[in-house]
Amino acid sequence: MIELINVRKVFNAGSPSEFSAINGVNLLIHENKVTVLKGPSGSGKTTLLSIVGCMSRPSAGRVKLHNREITSLPERFLTDIRRKTFGFIFQQPNLIKGISVLENVMLPAYPLGEKRAHLKVKAMSGLAGLNLTHKAASKVEWLSGGEAQRVSIVRALINDPSIIIADEPTAHLDTTLSYRFMEIVEQFKAQGKTVIITSHDPLVYDSAIVDDVVNLRDGKLEGRPT
Amino acid sequence: MNPWIEKQRYIIDFTISSLLRRKVKNIGLLALYTLIVFILASTMFFTYSIKKEAKLILQGSPEIVVQKIVAGRHDLFPVSYIDEIKAIRGVADVESRLWGYYYDSLVQANYTVMTPSRVVDTSQSNARTTVVVDPNDLHAADVNKPLYDYDGAAPEAGSIVIGNGVARMREIGTGDYMPFMSHDGQIMNLKIAGRLSSESELVSSDLILVNGTDFRKLFGIDDKYVTDVIVTVKNPSEVSMVASKIKKKLHSSRPIIREEILRTYDSIFNWRGGMMIVIFSAAVLAFVIFAWDKASGLSAGERREIGILKAVGWETSDVIQMKFWEGAMVSLTAFFSGVILAYIHVFFTGSAVFEPALKGWSALYPNFALTPFVNAEQLTTLFFLTVVPYTVATIVPIWRAATIDPDTAMRHTGE
Amino acid sequence: MRNSSIFFLSILSEAVLLGLLLTHASFSEAPQSDTLEHKASLVKNLRLTDLCLFTEARYTRHLSQADLNTAFQDHPLSLEHFPSGSFTQPNLENKAP
Repeated sequence: MIELINVRKVFNAGSPSEFSAINGVNLLIHENKVTVLKGPSGSGKTTLLSIVGCMSRPSAGRVKLHNREITSLPERFLTDIRRKTFGFIFQQPNLIKGISVLENVMLPAYPLGEKRAHLKVKAMSGLAGLNLTHKAASKVEWLSGGEAQRVSIVRALINDPSIIIADEPTAHLDTTLSYRFMEIVEQFKAQGKTVIITSHDPLVYDSAIVDDVVNLRDGKLEGRPT
Repeated sequence: MNPWIEKQRYIIDFTISSLLRRKVKNIGLLALYTLIVFILASTMFFTYSIKKEAKLILQGSPEIVVQKIVAGRHDLFPVSYIDEIKAIRGVADVESRLWGYYYDSLVQANYTVMTPSRVVDTSQSNARTTVVVDPNDLHAADVNKPLYDYDGAAPEAGSIVIGNGVARMREIGTGDYMPFMSHDGQIMNLKIAGRLSSESELVSSDLILVNGTDFRKLFGIDDKYVTDVIVTVKNPSEVSMVASKIKKKLHSSRPIIREEILRTYDSIFNWRGGMMIVIFSAAVLAFVIFAWDKASGLSAGERREIGILKAVGWETSDVIQMKFWEGAMVSLTAFFSGVILAYIHVFFTGSAVFEPALKGWSALYPNFALTPFVNAEQLTTLFFLTVVPYTVATIVPIWRAATIDPDTAMRHTGE
Repeated sequence: MRNSSIFFLSILSEAVLLGLLLTHASFSEAPQSDTLEHKASLVKNLRLTDLCLFTEARYTRHLSQADLNTAFQDHPLSLEHFPSGSFTQPNLENKAP
């Protein structure tokens, strides 16, 4: 589980455009639960998400992962933890153009130097799980929006992470695809994974699958016992 | 070690996919880079080989050549000077030389006409004919003797031996007649008694060996004069001393010692030489342009890609390794291809690309196959001067982009 | 086949090819030495002083016998007519005073 203690994030420190995206946030994310960070744009959702996912460091406060303090770990170790623990799903699929779906999916695992045959098997089974086997050799430019999103999900899972982080995953999906996405989230939960989603889509935060909804406004949590 | 090797392989896989996305641009880059290496390596191979060969072959050139200089120009050498030189202490022998140039207006070529003197080197190369002989010739049995054993000296009166280049230019051979216009307007028809070998073209291509009497008749040179003389010295270490004595005794003389001959050919094709500077500068300039283009920053697309890589879990060092491989792969391929092509170009095709420049305005150009001499030092230098800068130039612009915070990367990626 | 395998194979084959060519260079020394000897003996017997490389003019044909003045014969400023003059230099610095 993830714990944030009095976390604050300031951007452009020292310059006239300085602003703090989140201020004094205390948060506990429970294991094997689906948590949604909800709030209007500019509320600091993405910032909070990236701190939770070890993508950036807080300007003040502490972050603990599985009771281990990670706030001031060197980048090396932080990246290592991030690679092994988290899987990220972005708003846009953010696939690398000009290379195949399979290669895109295997990309996050390259620095780890696993045997290729083994990695390929993992990748293919991941694609199979989301009905994308037939697209394995295709170039990503030829995928539809939904297919691309699903490929990015498979990519997020390639290192078998225990925590999935999704930033506005349904922003560019239609209703059917959004429901499909929530089904996938349910599968994650069934597999014992923890899921953290930011969204202002009611389809997401009103879903029955969601265990906890955190309201964010102007960088502060609303209506939560501290 | 294994995961590390596997990781490098992955990175190379990805880099190649990455490069293949812009096929035309990258293939053009590779071709240009290869061309630069090709030109530099060809120049290296050619100049080194020819200098080395010159050094070896010209070891047998005369110890001292003495010319007479009048008004700054090479004038005829009076025979009376010979005894004066012989009288100098340290001089072993003085031999006169008759040689000059003949301009053949038919093919617009310059030939070197000379009268050979007595044979010095009696050692023969194995099974080598110096001269291609006319099968109808009475002396056909002499085919395995060195050239001058016909009568110990020059060809008989009325006959000549021509270099292979001359034969080629005028498309004539043994048995044919070749007309010469002598100094007084008369035509002299000389019969070709033999042809010098094609292997020796580098030294003999334009030679016409003629009898002494014919030479004097052709050029109108009185018996009192010769073209120049060669001096052999008793003690080889005293060559310079003897040369300076000659100069002191005969003020209008100009002695040239063997060392200077060798030095001339050592400095041939020196980098300072005009054309060499041009080739070299052009190559360096092209290279700098390349590297500059690479180093001057990333396109938005490349930045985005690095952002994605960081976002999915690649470290800064991984991204830099990727760029390193990109530079190294292109460099290595270009280097090997360029050097291989250069080798084939210089030693198998006789520097076909350089030929127009080397030929210049001469009509007669020797066909010669250079002996392959390769200088490992030069090759290594070329390697470090091309591969290393290019690889570095590829990595440098990445530094800033690669250190991007994954969070920032995450935000800014996206169409 | 994997991209990286293709790359390694091609680099390896190029390296091998280069090695072969360089071996060719060292192996052709023996047969070439005959030709070199032949040329060297011709030089000795005919008392030659120069390689027959540039037959455009006398001072380019006999580089070692030419002097600084020869090139300027037509006009003091006529620095160089021939392309070959741009990569060869006349015999400078006569060691004999």
